[in-house]
Amino acid sequence: MGATSIPVMAPAAAEIFLAIAGMILLMAGVFRKSGSMAVVSWGAVVALILAAVLVLTHGGTSAEPVFFGMFSTGPFAQFAKLLVLAGSAIAIVMSLDYMKREGIDRFEFPVLVVLATLGMMMMVSANDLIGLYVGLELQSLSLYVIASIRRDSLRSTEAGLKYFVLGAISSGMLLYGSSMIYGFAGTTDFNGLAQVFSKLGDSGPAVGVIIGLVFVISGLAFKVSAVPFHMWTPDVYEGSPTPVTALFAIAPKVAAVALLLRVMIEPFGDLIAQWQQVIVLISIFSMVLGAFAAMVQTSIKRLMAYSSIGHMGFLLVGIAAGNESGVSGVLIYLFVYLFMNVGTFACILSMRQQGRYVEGIGDLSGLSKTHPMMAFALLIFLFSMAGIPPLAGFFGKWYVFMAAIESGLYALAIIGVLASVVGAFYYLRIIKIMYFDEADEPLDAEIGGEMRVVMLVTAAVTLLFFVLPAPIVATARAAASALMGG
Amino acid sequence: MTDLLAEYLPILIFLVIAVGLSAVMVAASMIIVPQKPDSEKVSAYECGFEAFNDSRGQFDVRFYLVAILFIIFDLEVAFLFPWAVSLGNIGIFGFWSMMVFLGVLTIGFVYEWRKGALEWE
Amino acid sequence: MIIQALAFYVFAAIAIASGVMVVTSRNPVHSVLYLILAFFNAAALFVLIGAEFIAMILIVVYVGAVAVLFLFVVMMLDINFVELRQGFMRYMPIGALIGLVLLAELVFVGGAWTFSGEATQVMLAKTPEIAAVHNTEAIGNLMYTRYVYLFQAAGLVLLVAMIGAIVLTHRQRDGVRKQRIGAQIAVRREDVVEVVKVTKGGGV
Repeated sequence: MGATSIPVMAPAAAEIFLAIAGMILLMAGVFRKSGSMAVVSWGAVVALILAAVLVLTHGGTSAEPVFFGMFSTGPFAQFAKLLVLAGSAIAIVMSLDYMKREGIDRFEFPVLVVLATLGMMMMVSANDLIGLYVGLELQSLSLYVIASIRRDSLRSTEAGLKYFVLGAISSGMLLYGSSMIYGFAGTTDFNGLAQVFSKLGDSGPAVGVIIGLVFVISGLAFKVSAVPFHMWTPDVYEGSPTPVTALFAIAPKVAAVALLLRVMIEPFGDLIAQWQQVIVLISIFSMVLGAFAAMVQTSIKRLMAYSSIGHMGFLLVGIAAGNESGVSGVLIYLFVYLFMNVGTFACILSMRQQGRYVEGIGDLSGLSKTHPMMAFALLIFLFSMAGIPPLAGFFGKWYVFMAAIESGLYALAIIGVLASVVGAFYYLRIIKIMYFDEADEPLDAEIGGEMRVVMLVTAAVTLLFFVLPAPIVATARAAASALMGG
Repeated sequence: MTDLLAEYLPILIFLVIAVGLSAVMVAASMIIVPQKPDSEKVSAYECGFEAFNDSRGQFDVRFYLVAILFIIFDLEVAFLFPWAVSLGNIGIFGFWSMMVFLGVLTIGFVYEWRKGALEWE
Repeated sequence: MIIQALAFYVFAAIAIASGVMVVTSRNPVHSVLYLILAFFNAAALFVLIGAEFIAMILIVVYVGAVAVLFLFVVMMLDINFVELRQGFMRYMPIGALIGLVLLAELVFVGGAWTFSGEATQVMLAKTPEIAAVHNTEAIGNLMYTRYVYLFQAAGLVLLVAMIGAIVLTHRQRDGVRKQRIGAQIAVRREDVVEVVKVTKGGGV
């Protein structure tokens, strides 16, 4: 017989609040006659900030999972959720001006972003394979719609359709794998799975569990766009409106990486011998492909897609390490990744020629003369992504590579360093275009106020991370030890 | 288990008879009737034209919207059946659980009403 | 028992055959109709394992709604299906290969099916005896309370689906004359009727 008492809901306060806020915003948007995009957008930003406050106050304790073992909180989930919320909120702020200029300022966009963020938070907090799946679907479904929000553009609808079809396949693989695991382990609960796998004999897990695990990893690798499941990324990034691309590059990636990390460490922690090689393989592929394929791109959005594939490869290094420093390295990397990407996309969203948005790398030529500040900010982000010390990106890579060495994955760490050297080439190419090429047609002088603030803050964080890394590093370490211990 | 399946036996018998009967009819008309086709016999009847094009006409995308909204509420109703059956066991919490679910979908309903998605124009 | 086994094989065979027909038939409308047949047979298989609620939902939701939606989509797209099929032979080997791999995995898994020893202890709610509590009730007892989190999340997924469908396909058309019942009822006599004194021979 089912439990009939009302469960404790306080740990999920942020999620419940966000769900209610999303619905209120939807109603507010539909009952205001026109021009509701700005109001709803700022409302959504406020809602995301309030949710972050709730995460801070309610989400930090690693108590027992609530909702009958479906939903777990703790420092790890808290850290990831704050990153997700920050990414979504900034993406909404950055979208305001673009959406209005392009005539796609529909109030559903911020509402869907809020609901997608809710899905991401559910993913991060999932403590059950079904809960994981439902959170993932809530997120993905919203993002499919957002990708084709410019519905009269062929490229945008194509992006949405590609994302949808491939996303549906990946969800199918995830479900297939989950059903295998359920069939062999008898439960979908993470704690239960961990319990089952902790008491395996010498014979190791049943073959079905391994096949199921591989399918689950493949499904999640789709979501983090790791090679060989990356094909959708460049097309979707290129076809979607740029603020949507910015959102895609930040929040869902953070959520999916955190989810992958949690699934690998918590329920399948004792099967590390089985999954480590798979993760190592896709990590190497992603790093190498990200570095080489990005070289030949001419569109900056496609370049960012390959760059994000490369970054996912580096993040997977930390996951493959499978130890506490790996987890904290991934969290630090995610923090840095968020700021670098937000800053870069703020620059991309400020690229306009006579009021039109442009996205060719060549359009950046001569930027140092027309927009010295923006060029300098972009320089910082690109150097940071290339991993040049003492910028923030260097520390992200440093921590994951150290973790890999700590757990004896020397080859992986060496390939990672080599890939990041190759990757530095295409970042430097952009810098060369900005600083040494003459502009054929200069970009518009005017940059929106929000963009200036976003660029300034992210550039400051990226540049000055090395001055005071201690708070972030300490928080990440605490989160990692909570995850490994729990 | 067998009790449950015994309840379905009439349906099975019905299916067997229906399939068997229609198979017999089709087969009989194939076997018994003399078949001597020629070009006049198999062509269309004297009234009417030869088909110009595919009988499939293109549908408006609005049909799709109606269909998908229907599916969503169809699913909502599907959730109501087990709830109605076991409402006695799941108590006040189960009751409010469903009310919240319905509330969420009512928000969606209000949204689509205000958007004019339910009007055919 | 023998009837049960016989029914299983008949339904399973028809389900697989119609699945093959879905993929191979030339006319997409026929594909959808075969899909409906496959759904019916799957429902019958569900009944055979005692999951009658799922079976009925399969018929109500999938046959009643999803298949109709498929038909709409097939009708909506102006695609030359003959042209679309030309790539079929080219992609067939790789498709067949993937199918074979999946099949091999299933056989492999089926052959090595063992329940982990711990599994029986952590198992989620056990399936109750069918005689004690019938199917629909067993689902109802758990879904709204034990699985309330997933239930509400499913509600949100449906909400997103609703918003998404409207965002992507609904268009406000200009120049459409709608019936505005409120305005029509609120009309007063003096708004629409004017009494004009017509002078003799003057015309209106």
